Amino acid sequence: MPELVGQDTVKSIVFQLLDKEYAMEVDVVEGIEKLMSITRVPKTPSYVKGVINLRGVVTPIVDLRERFGLETKEMDDNNRIIIVSLQDFEVGLIVDAANDVIDIPLRSIEPQPEVVGSVESEFISGVVKLDKRLLVMLNLDKVLQPLKRVSSDEY
Amino acid sequence: METNQYLEMFLDESKEHLQSCNEHLLELENNPQDLAIVNEVFRSAHTLKGMSATMGYEDIADLTHKMENVLDAIRNSKIEVTTEILDVVFKAVDYLEEMVLDIEAGGTGKKDVSELVSILNRIEAGEHVAEASSAAETAAAVLEEATDIPAAPAMDYDEFELTVIGQSAEQGFTAYEVTVELREDCLLKAARVFMVFEILEKSGEVIKSIPNVEQLENEDFDEKFTVVLLTKEDVGSISAKVMKVSEVEHVQVLPIYVESLKEEKRAKEENASKLIVEEAETKQKPAKEETAKQQSKRSTAASHSNKTIRVNIDRLDVLMNLFEELVIDRGRLQSIATELHNPDLNETVERMTRVSGDLQNIILNMRMIPVETVFNRFPKMVRQLARDLDKKIKLEIIGAETELDRTVIDEIGDPLVHLIRNALDHGVESPAERIAKGKPEEGTVTLRAYHSGNHVFIELEDDGAGVNRERVLAKALERGIITEESAATMTDKQVAELILASGFSTAEKITDVSGRGVGLDVVKSTIESLGGYITIDSKEGQGSLFQVQLPLTLSIISVMLVELDKDIYAIPLSSIIETAIIQTSDIMNAHNQKVIDFRGNIVPLVNLKDIFEMEDGDVRSDGFQSVVIVRKGEKLAGLVVDSFIGQQEIVLKSLGNYLQSVFAISGATILGNGQVALIVDCNALIK
Repeated sequence: MPELVGQDTVKSIVFQLLDKEYAMEVDVVEGIEKLMSITRVPKTPSYVKGVINLRGVVTPIVDLRERFGLETKEMDDNNRIIIVSLQDFEVGLIVDAANDVIDIPLRSIEPQPEVVGSVESEFISGVVKLDKRLLVMLNLDKVLQPLKRVSSDEY
Repeated sequence: METNQYLEMFLDESKEHLQSCNEHLLELENNPQDLAIVNEVFRSAHTLKGMSATMGYEDIADLTHKMENVLDAIRNSKIEVTTEILDVVFKAVDYLEEMVLDIEAGGTGKKDVSELVSILNRIEAGEHVAEASSAAETAAAVLEEATDIPAAPAMDYDEFELTVIGQSAEQGFTAYEVTVELREDCLLKAARVFMVFEILEKSGEVIKSIPNVEQLENEDFDEKFTVVLLTKEDVGSISAKVMKVSEVEHVQVLPIYVESLKEEKRAKEENASKLIVEEAETKQKPAKEETAKQQSKRSTAASHSNKTIRVNIDRLDVLMNLFEELVIDRGRLQSIATELHNPDLNETVERMTRVSGDLQNIILNMRMIPVETVFNRFPKMVRQLARDLDKKIKLEIIGAETELDRTVIDEIGDPLVHLIRNALDHGVESPAERIAKGKPEEGTVTLRAYHSGNHVFIELEDDGAGVNRERVLAKALERGIITEESAATMTDKQVAELILASGFSTAEKITDVSGRGVGLDVVKSTIESLGGYITIDSKEGQGSLFQVQLPLTLSIISVMLVELDKDIYAIPLSSIIETAIIQTSDIMNAHNQKVIDFRGNIVPLVNLKDIFEMEDGDVRSDGFQSVVIVRKGEKLAGLVVDSFIGQQEIVLKSLGNYLQSVFAISGATILGNGQVALIVDCNALIK
């Protein structure tokens, strides 16, 4: 992550999807919420679960499992919504669980290997090996491309 | 001086003054003989010069100063108003606007004005008006003589000041010219000036000073300065008081007699008008009458001005947001109260609803500003465009006082510019063509705004060529917007509306005025994004009428809440004609389209669940269906829903930038129970 040169570590939030751990910088995270009632929005890609009322702001919710094309499961108590704030919008991401916040040494971030599971590689900005954990760093700008014209080919 | 805190005020006021310059210059162009208008422009320019010099924007001050000189020459009849001169003055105002905008954008407000300044200098010197100059010079000489005779009161007074002096004389005040001379070795001139002013202001009112107050504060004068004082005290006591200030060398107090000043002024004006009489005898009388009329209008307008304060629009936005939160909570309270059936609670909630309703009206009203703020830049634009296009066009503005929410005002400017450009470029024909068609040489474009119900209408009408059916159809076919078969059956109105379709531009010649490919479809989409509609009515050869319908406000709307598969959706009341419960057996089929017979009209049915791709719980078992009849323009449609919930005021919220355009959803709102409900965009459902 070139913009972080000059710092030794990057504080990141680690969360879980299926059996893998992912990470994203803490700077973009506005908060972590428990599941709340979601209003469906028709005619949107299936990974857009709908919108929630986040303290007066209507916030869209994306199911990361579906976004990555992973198998879906019933929501349970562990599920969390991570609210991230990008350039000009906020989106909530549904994850299986939010595990912890860690400092990732910049040196340990490596470019993604050729094959990383089933997650589409364009969503990944790098991988981190910490002790025995393997963390996948997400490229949120790619994961959350604004839906300009919602057409059928996105289903 | 710390000027930052004044910057905003400076920008606001500069814009106001520039606007008034523009307006009055346009007026002046129509009545070149009316020197009262020149005075207005002069006053604005003068204030602007003073302000910009104080703020340290030298270029603006420079340019206004030169402009002022030219205006001064005009009002002293040294030079005559011509279109060429006005062009230059307009250009100067343009430059000034650019500089002010630059400052607003954080720039330095610097711009190379030397060329314009030299042109202004030349005009001032009378170069462009060679023929008139000999006559004007003699007049000027006469004027100078006239001013030289009464030596005592040395100052010039404009009409406003004369009125003030005259009025105060009626109330027993006498006006004095107090000339104060400070000692040559005076160290703190500004301080002495301040002391003198303080003394004078205790005994009366200072209405004018030479040099002006800013120059005095900056010690930008020699030893002498003169002020005009209105007071009830006599000469002796005034001069005695002023002399008490140390380092004052000499005080001279001269009474001013309004009558003599007025006479002098009259003499000047008569001299000036005599010239005009010689040149244009016929025009003189009506022009003078008009002047008188306009002056009386102006003075009444001034006396009616209300007390206002400037409030930053951000604060109003915050207020609005807070109020929106309150509306949401109000909804919640209402729903709790209905569940609890407690009479006291019900009463309180009802009262609160009423009060907050009033509050809502006031807040909404506060955000309303007249469309004038958008309209007032058009006359100049039309003038310029007409000259560029070599056409004669008159712009009429009706209903500029109509008020609209600020958010709408902010957005409506560009589409209107586009429409006007379109009307000027493609609508109104060239003078030769118009004469050939037997129309008056000068084309008329009318811009009209008015309220109707919960909407504001803005109409743009021109008496130009109108929409050419064949050409539009040919073009639409060529672009693949319509098919041959549909072309034949289209009504004239439908054809006219084709020019709003995307990818359509009828101009055969691409000009830089309009027709850069983006065309009117942008106008249409902008207006629709504001929750409005645009329609076109056009008669070939007689002109076109573009009608834009806009909602009064955007943030709080009345909706009908309906249920669809356990989700709640909101349909704006403004689109709803009525609701109905129909028997399933009344539904008919026409070409695979379900329709009903609604009060004699065949209305297509739209099943919202199908549209939104929800699992359909199939037709209700009791054989009845709830239908909301909605309209778009003149077209109707029946939206099939599961059930009606009720009517409510809601706060419109956007879905955010992530979900930029969801089909048939125009936004969302938060209901009393904290749930989000989506707002149905009926416009998207009716083709």
